[in-house]
Formats: sequence, structure tokens, C-alpha cells
Amino acid sequence: MPHIICLAKQVPDPETPAAQFKVDEAAKKVIPVPGIQPVPSQFDTIGVEAALRIKDDVADTIITIVSLGPDSNRDTIKHSLAMGADEGVHINDPAVNDSDHWATAETLAAAIKKLEPYDLIIAGRQAVDWDMGVVGTTIAEILDLPSVTIAKDVKMADGTVTVERVLLDGFETVEAPTPCVVTVSNELGEPRYPQLRQIMQAAKKEVKTWTIADLGIDTPQNRTTLEALFVPDTSIETEFIEGESAQEIGEKLAVRLNEEKLI
Amino acid sequence: MASGVLVFGEATDDGGLNPVTKELIAAGSNLGGPVTCVLAGTGVEGLAQECVAAGAGKVIVVDDPILTPYQGDAYIPMAERITKEVDPSVLLMGQTMMGRDLAPRLAQRFSTAVAMDCMALSMDGDQLIAERPCYGGSARARYKINGTPQMATLRAKAVEPLAPDSSRQGEIVRQDAGVTADQVRTKITDRRKEKAEGVRLEDATVVISGGRGLGGPEGFKELEDLAEIMGGAVGASRAVCDLGWYPVPTQVGLTGKVVTPDLYIAVGISGASQHMAGISSVKNIVAINKDADANIFKASRFGVVGDWKEIFPAFKEKVRELKSA
Ligand SMILES: Cc1cc2nc3c(=O)[nH]c(=O)nc-3n(C[C@H](O)[C@H](O)[C@H](O)COP(=O)(O)OP(=O)(O)OC[C@H]3O[C@@H](n4cnc5c(N)ncnc54)[C@H](O)[C@@H]3O)c2cc1C
Repeated sequence: MPHIICLAKQVPDPETPAAQFKVDEAAKKVIPVPGIQPVPSQFDTIGVEAALRIKDDVADTIITIVSLGPDSNRDTIKHSLAMGADEGVHINDPAVNDSDHWATAETLAAAIKKLEPYDLIIAGRQAVDWDMGVVGTTIAEILDLPSVTIAKDVKMADGTVTVERVLLDGFETVEAPTPCVVTVSNELGEPRYPQLRQIMQAAKKEVKTWTIADLGIDTPQNRTTLEALFVPDTSIETEFIEGESAQEIGEKLAVRLNEEKLI
Repeated sequence: MASGVLVFGEATDDGGLNPVTKELIAAGSNLGGPVTCVLAGTGVEGLAQECVAAGAGKVIVVDDPILTPYQGDAYIPMAERITKEVDPSVLLMGQTMMGRDLAPRLAQRFSTAVAMDCMALSMDGDQLIAERPCYGGSARARYKINGTPQMATLRAKAVEPLAPDSSRQGEIVRQDAGVTADQVRTKITDRRKEKAEGVRLEDATVVISGGRGLGGPEGFKELEDLAEIMGGAVGASRAVCDLGWYPVPTQVGLTGKVVTPDLYIAVGISGASQHMAGISSVKNIVAINKDADANIFKASRFGVVGDWKEIFPAFKEKVRELKSA
């Protein structure tokens, strides 16, 4: 039975309107906006979609969701289960819930070891809060697995994972032996949206809760110190071009840019 | 005691020096240097002198077919060995396909960390301070790294290269990759270019980008016309790449390309933070958008509120006229 592990993080909604996005500079944290719920990190949901497409072909594939974070992360696991994943593991421990990327990777790697055997680990190319893009590949290194980053298509058959990788000016096809780590990008396509019936079914699926003690490791240490978090001021004075007609406005814009030697 | 700066330069697919290499060397010099630059690939030896002229005190050339095209498994043992030998205090790579893939894995080999996609680097005593965007470009974070080497990847065009000086002296040494084929677990079976003709988006001095407000893929024809008149390149928002209206490699933004033209014209783009992350250092943004409250206007020097379908043709024809005058 093929076993795929998908990593899923919960993040503040990246569609939060710019005007409401605020940071507590002293605490170095983003201030939650009342009424806007945290959401599953988009690339992770795409990762679950990638796993489900494999399961669509090979029905006995088991997909396990692993998520690290506080109580609310359960919603992110439930969302993945409603999409069609089979089981969830929620690592919930105040000692690591606020870890940096490196301690997170070590914790997740320990959880993945506990879930052996597995064929494929799928992570998002980056989490959409910190946008660091290191956890998937770092886990590969910790577990001494090959990794392929920024995938738009993932197939798995006969011990080989075939990945379509997004390059700067095109694509490449890469094969990796299982087990391996793949990080996925939005070019993979829209993740499926759970139907009501699936949401009800997901309620019955098992979610294990693990602490650091369950993983049998010492609390991993952070390797970075966040010195500051702030919202940069990027707004500038805008010169609005106005006129009687669209024709006039269009021409005026060209003339102004020409005056500024921009064309 | 770890000291100095090690940077991993890169060649482009067509054998030139990737401009980020010079920016990395400059960044390393600004941090106090001395800078050792690794150039790995095939046929890269000829680029070493250019790195010296750009400010590298030493260039380590690793010329081996196993290193082209890039594969993590081939690069990591080579990068790990050189890093051990050089024992730098700071290690820098570009935020390129290679940097994204290699930097985190190399960091793990040294139980250190890497700050990805940095826009500014400085030193506080011996401590690297790495500043980078996060939250889709809505916020900035400053990090210290509690490990050695202190690693960062640098966003393209974040640092000015030093003026090239051919009288600069530097040592150039050759090394073997020291990697065998059986260490490379992955295999590249195919590679395809998606869009090659015309001006490269990253190099263009004028970029005209279209968003969902264009209303359909046909709209891009108009943008291409203007790009041709102006000698520029056409970009796109993620929304339109996701819709299949325009090719993926033209996506500008956080998960697309960072562009640095003198003039950026955004047509029917709302200006989400993730899009703005790709144009954060552009000084002259022009926005055409029918919504006066669109976020794009906040960062725009010139704005037009209106339907692009009505405004753009007149704008384009006037530009054509002014260009030919
Ligand atoms: C993790 C993550 C990463 C992302 N990365 C990127 C990225 O790299 N690049 C990127 O671009 N986006 C990225 N996005 C998506 C981003 O959040 C926005 O959804 C996207 O940029 C919106 O594209 P748009 O401006 O084309 O579309 P919309 O937001 O739909 O805006 C369309 C605009 O067109 C205007 N308009 C409509 N009709 C007309 C008309 N006739 N004339 C003039 N104006 C008109 C509207 O007023 C509106 O402002 C990312 C999102 C996430 C969550």
C-alpha cells in the first residue's frame, strides 16, 4: 500500500486586505484580524491535491496529514481529511508550536520517522506566512532522502516518483526513487474543494495528537533569532492623469511619461 | 575561526555569468569580505576573470559535466566540501532555482540556518543581519543566524554590483567536483523552454504586465504590441497565469519573477502584496485600473482610473508617435 505523507501548516489568511494587515512590532507577531479565520497554507493544500491525484489512480494509497501548531491547526487537518486524505497527525506542544523553520523541520522529521514506512513526502514550496521555503528540503536532508522542489505535476509508480519541475524559463522532468520529498507550487492547479458529505466523513477520520515526548526527541533548538518584524511603507504620491475622454487620458499619459524620459 | 564570505556564483544556461553572481560578490564585499566565489558547472572557467574584476579575491572553479544541469544531489557534496575548506563566516547564494534548492540543504549539513530571499544584508559586529520580505510581501523581517556559516540567499538586483575593474587581482583555482554518478539519486529526463524569444523579463527596462482586468487572453496582444514599440517585455499576474491566459514564466511576484525595469506598466492588476513583492524596487510604476481604490495605486507614480480597453489603444498609439518622432 503506497503511503504518502503531506505536511500542512495553518497560516493567517493571505487574502487579508492590506489595510487590515498589522504587526505588533514589540511581540514580532502579526496581529490576528477579528473575523478573519486562519487558513491552510495554500501550497500545502496543493500538496494534498497532488497526493489525491496519485490516490485517484492507485486507490489503496494512504495519505497522512502532519501538522504542527496550536489547537486551531486541527481545522487545517480536518480540511485535508475532507479533501480525501485518510489520517491526521497533529503535533501540538507549546515547546515547539512557535519554533523557527529549522526546529520545525526537525520536529516534523521525527514525526515522519514514526510514521514509517512511507513512499513520498509532499510539502508546499513555502508556507505563505513566512515565505521561507526551507522546511521540505531540510526534512529531506535530515532523513537523507532525495528531494525535488517546485513541482507542477507529481506521479508515482513502481518505486519512482516523476516530477514536472517549474524552472525560470520552462520545465524539466525529474525522476527520483522512493522514498523522497517533493515540494509543490501553484502551477499544479486548483486543489479540490470538499463537499458537505466529505466534511461529515472527515469528522470520523482519526487525528492523533502527539507531543515532543511522543516523538522521543529533545526539544529542537531554534537556529535563527527574529530581530524585527515590521510593515514597510511603500506608498508614494500618485499623479492621476485625468481628462475629458479616454482618448485624451491615454494620450496625456504617453506625453507625461515622455516628459519624464520614461519612454 | 570562520572568517570571510563564500558566495556561490552561477552561469546562465547559455554560458554567460548570471548577473546575480556580481551582486553576491558586491554584497560579500560590503559585508567586509574577503570574498571567495565558487563557479560550478561546465565551461565556466572563462567566467572566473569576470568574477575577479567584480571584486572576488579568489575564485574556485569546479568544471564538471556532472554539475550541469543543476541537481541537488550533485551539488551538495561539492558545496559541503568547499564550505568546510574555506570555513567562511558568511555564505551567500542567489535566490535562484539553485539557491532555493541548495541553500536549505547545505544549511542543514552544517546545522546552521539560511535566511531566504533577502533584500538587504548588513553586519552587526560578527553577526549577519538579514532582512527579507514575508507575509506575501506585506511585512519585512530581520534575522540573526545562530550557526556557522551564517547563510542567506539574495534576491536579484537587491545589491548594486561593484564597477568592474580589470586591474583587480585575484587567485583562480580549479577543483574537481569529487562527486560520482551513483551519489546522484535523481535523474533529469527532459527539459523544455517555454518562452525564449524577445527581451528577457528580468533584463527588460520596460515591463508591461496584464492582470485579470484584461478580461481574457486576447488582451495580451495589445500589451505585446506596446512592448514591441517600447522594446520591453510582457509580464503577468498570477491570476492570469493560473487561468492559462499567459505563460507561467511571465508571472511577476512573490512566486514568480522579480523584475527591476525603469518603467513598469500594470494593466488591470489589483496590486496584491504578492504581486508587489516582484516589483518592490521599481521606481516608476504606472497603473491603469478601473477601481480608484485598487492597492496598485499606492505604489504607483502615475495612475489612470478607467477601463483599459478604452485608454490603452490611445496610449499605445501616442507612444508609437512619440517614439518615431
Ligand atoms: C502564496 C501566494 C503567492 C502568490 N504569488 C503571486 C505572484 O507571484 N504574483 C502575483 O501576481 N500574484 C500572486 N498571488 C496572487 C495574488 O494574491 C492576487 O490574487 C493576484 O495577484 C491577483 O491578480 P490580478 O491583479 O490580475 O487580479 P485581480 O485581483 O482580480 O485584479 C484585477 C484588477 O483589474 C481591474 N480591472 C477589471 N476590469 C478592468 C478594466 N476593464 N480596465 C481596467 N482595470 C480593470 C480590477 O479593478 C482589479 O483591480 C499569490 C497569492 C498567494 C496566496
